[in-house]
Amino acid sequence: MTLALVDANNFYVSCERLFQPRLEGKPVVVLSNNDGCAVARSNEAKALGVTMGAPYFQWEKLAKQHGIVVLSSNYALYGELSARLMRLLGNQAVGQEIYSIDESFLEVPVADAEADSWAQHLRQQIRRQLGLPVCVGVAPTKTLAKVCNHWAKKERTAEGVCIWGDLDPQQRRQWFHETPVGDLWGVGRRLAARLEAQGVQSAGDLARTDSRWLRQHYGVALARMQQELRGVPCLSLEEVSPPRQQIQCSRSFGRAVTEFSDVLESLSLHTQRGIEKLHEQALWAGSVQVMVRSSPFREGFYSGTAHRRLPEPSRDYRVLWEAVRSAAAEAFQPGVSYQKSGILLFDLQAQARTGDLFAVQEGGEERAERLQEALQRAQDRFGKHTLARGVGGLRQGRDWAMRSDRRSPSYLSDWWSLPVAFAR
Amino acid sequence: MLEQAILDKLARVGLTVYRPDPDAEHRPLPLYLSRIPAGFPSPADDHVERSLDLHRHLLAHPDASFFLRISGDSMLAYGIHDGDLLIVDRAVQAKEGMIVVAALDGELTVKRLGKHAGQPALLPGNDRYAPIPIREGQELVVWGVVIHVIHSFAP
Repeated sequence: MTLALVDANNFYVSCERLFQPRLEGKPVVVLSNNDGCAVARSNEAKALGVTMGAPYFQWEKLAKQHGIVVLSSNYALYGELSARLMRLLGNQAVGQEIYSIDESFLEVPVADAEADSWAQHLRQQIRRQLGLPVCVGVAPTKTLAKVCNHWAKKERTAEGVCIWGDLDPQQRRQWFHETPVGDLWGVGRRLAARLEAQGVQSAGDLARTDSRWLRQHYGVALARMQQELRGVPCLSLEEVSPPRQQIQCSRSFGRAVTEFSDVLESLSLHTQRGIEKLHEQALWAGSVQVMVRSSPFREGFYSGTAHRRLPEPSRDYRVLWEAVRSAAAEAFQPGVSYQKSGILLFDLQAQARTGDLFAVQEGGEERAERLQEALQRAQDRFGKHTLARGVGGLRQGRDWAMRSDRRSPSYLSDWWSLPVAFAR
Repeated sequence: MLEQAILDKLARVGLTVYRPDPDAEHRPLPLYLSRIPAGFPSPADDHVERSLDLHRHLLAHPDASFFLRISGDSMLAYGIHDGDLLIVDRAVQAKEGMIVVAALDGELTVKRLGKHAGQPALLPGNDRYAPIPIREGQELVVWGVVIHVIHSFAP
């Protein structure tokens, strides 16, 4: 079996460029939620020295000096393009494991001799259909596919494709030697430091290390990875990702919030978003946890959580809101400047239980489902901010709303925000 | 819904009542099960019905298709009005004569791919606008091919 790892280059930036051709060739950086840190950088921005995860204030001057285009993250856009990317990739392979928002392992459907032209074709397809540049690494194991993908990204090979089977042994040894152990899949900073201290500096060193010694000192996971580096497959393609264990909806406030009513309003929105996600994944929640906290970087850090078990698994707003509201009252403490609130839905189940005689039900589950559907339809038709529930905070300009001044429009998820084609 | 008593009666004479499953997977069905050149309906067809899905009908490549909104009147001759909805397919190979969305000077613009004075050009559909010649060596980025325009009369 031959595997490929395909991932998109500077995924979020590439998504932004699809509908904004003016960003082509310009330095672009996408910031994390609440405009904190750099989470995606175009090659031009990398060349200017913006590092991954660097907080905006550190390079704000640099940005102004060089005209770096700074954008807030637009997850609705990235999510939709990711879903399309994964479907298109899956159509071109015999097996697929979606690894992250912009990375997927594929089982190569052609003979090794044709792997290169298959990979090239795949790249062109994705480029043409979604406008996204991708890199492809092809190898007999997942770990090596990751390594090859990394080499393709670093432009050791041409055209964003690197095929393990097409590299001669001399070249493999050389590149292994030049690849720091910390660049390998699953080797974090701490593990890398430990390995380096023991003389294991490069991918080549790791592949050569005595495997018994490695298992003894570092455990079975790293020993497996070493086997994979030697070309022995140990990790299979996980075609079905395990069902999600929990759903989290949380946001930072754009400014410090002290009023309970504002906290409640934000939690109502999170609850509604959570219910949407439950519907998307055909799940019901058994329990909900509420979290409110102040900034961890300030004096007097406070974090309050409280959780409620629902009378029965539910995705009825009324049932969930009842639980969230009472948990919020418990988690909230007056006199704190809150910076973030969120809910966590867990104990997720694939079906609702039959009605409980003593459960709070006014009109039952079925009515709630219909209501949710109608609400969804209305929002789809008239826009997200026209109709919502309870204290959903439709007030113009919620003043705690997330800072996202530079977010691109919801190009793919809102009829009123479609990209514009000019006829002039 | 038929009552159980009626269902039982029907069952006794060997008839089973099938109900559509509202949660069934959405699978395309043939519009007709058989094709007869002479156009006689075959008894085998027996009313194969399905609802028409406009999304499916309009999008040959749903994952490569995008909706755009038109701004401007340079394409009126092709029935593309200001404010119309465009369906653009990026999987289709652009050829001369097609209406395309092109990335030009950093924005998306709609024009017809054609020739002007023997040279490749982007052609408007309105006399008040001039053709845009594509100069030798100038790289034109075709963003996608326009496959439908939706003009709405709804208020």
